[in-house]
Amino acid sequence: MKKTWIALLSILAVVLVLVMSFAGFYNTLVKMDEGVTQAWAQVENVYQRRLDLIPNLVETVKGYAAHEQSTFIEVTEARGKAAGAATPDAVNSPQKFAEFEASQAALSSALGRLLVVVERYPDLKANENFLSLQAQLEGTENRITVERGRYNEAARALNTALRQFPGNIIGALFGFRSKTYFQSQTGAQNAPQVRF
Amino acid sequence: MTVAAMLCVPAFAFSVPDKPAGYVNDYAGLLSNGARSRLEEMLANFERKTSNQIVVATFPSLEGGSLEDFSIRLAERWKIGSAKNDNGVILLIFRDDRQVRIEVGYGLEGVLPDVTASRIIRNEIVPAFRAGDMDGGIEKAVLAIMAATKGEYQPEEPIDKIKPYAPYLFLLLVVFMYFLIHRISHFPGSGGGRGGGWGGGRWRGGSSGGSGWKFGGGGGGGFGGGGSSGKW
Repeated sequence: MKKTWIALLSILAVVLVLVMSFAGFYNTLVKMDEGVTQAWAQVENVYQRRLDLIPNLVETVKGYAAHEQSTFIEVTEARGKAAGAATPDAVNSPQKFAEFEASQAALSSALGRLLVVVERYPDLKANENFLSLQAQLEGTENRITVERGRYNEAARALNTALRQFPGNIIGALFGFRSKTYFQSQTGAQNAPQVRF
Repeated sequence: MTVAAMLCVPAFAFSVPDKPAGYVNDYAGLLSNGARSRLEEMLANFERKTSNQIVVATFPSLEGGSLEDFSIRLAERWKIGSAKNDNGVILLIFRDDRQVRIEVGYGLEGVLPDVTASRIIRNEIVPAFRAGDMDGGIEKAVLAIMAATKGEYQPEEPIDKIKPYAPYLFLLLVVFMYFLIHRISHFPGSGGGRGGGWGGGRWRGGSSGGSGWKFGGGGGGGFGGGGSSGKW
């Protein structure tokens, strides 16, 4: 009689310890997932910053290079598409993530072509307003690189935890999804060369 | 001798020095001794007065690395500025690459936006560096950064350890005095209690001296890639 009690109690203790450690790990996963969401918000922030800069940039360039109409239209259209693709759900949907990334990459290359146009107008390059926009664009591109990197780090931490034990069990049990990474700039040659 | 000299030369190929030694970290040996100590004092005073932390770092070469990448990794490691305000700025100079960058902490992006950082590089640093005046370029840049960022944050009041207890201590003193006087006045021959003259004591802790400020390392400031880069 006494022995069965001891056995029962020790089983209970083991179960309790297991549950506690699983709960602890669940909380860790939640924290990591939240970290990825936050990093994603930052990514969207800095991309939004770039979107906000573009109308001003296009206007300024227009003042000096009025007949480069096709380039302006291209940039404006790419901007519109990128603005439409911004969504907080992208962290949980690889498809939306890909759309977001593709639209931003298209905008990057359109911007790159705009900046090639600028090369042909020395007056524009010396214009104080343009210089200031250029500094802001450079800074924004750099912030984008930084925040993409931080997002990837946060995503990698979560993805690794979700593939290891006991993350794989808890993750599957509670529907944690692994996150998509940013690819290192596909077609980096098309990325805006903002340093002249 | 030569081996020792070689061991002393820090290798920065894709690695970032662990922490800054002071406000001025002249690994490339660009500054004169006079300018180095002037800057060190100027920046120490500035941090004491404004709580903003500005650090200068010069390196011999990027060794093929990217300026922005090195810069943000340095910023992430050194954590210049306070954790609360993220009010740090790092001025980086790469001698052989002739590249310079002002890396601005999150909390100072408002007063020192990319445009201002770019203007400081174009108007203060590049002309002086091109003329070979490294001291002048760096000093002017630091002054411009200080001018832009002062007034954004206030230094925290040094925490006074005794002040909160002052009323209790005063009460204790009064009680103590009361008993003392009581006893004295009961001595035969001694005159009445002379209770006056024990007004509120000064309980302020020792105020920190003006010139004793020393570099205390980075305070946990965060950076997000703000600032500007340039070449000379």
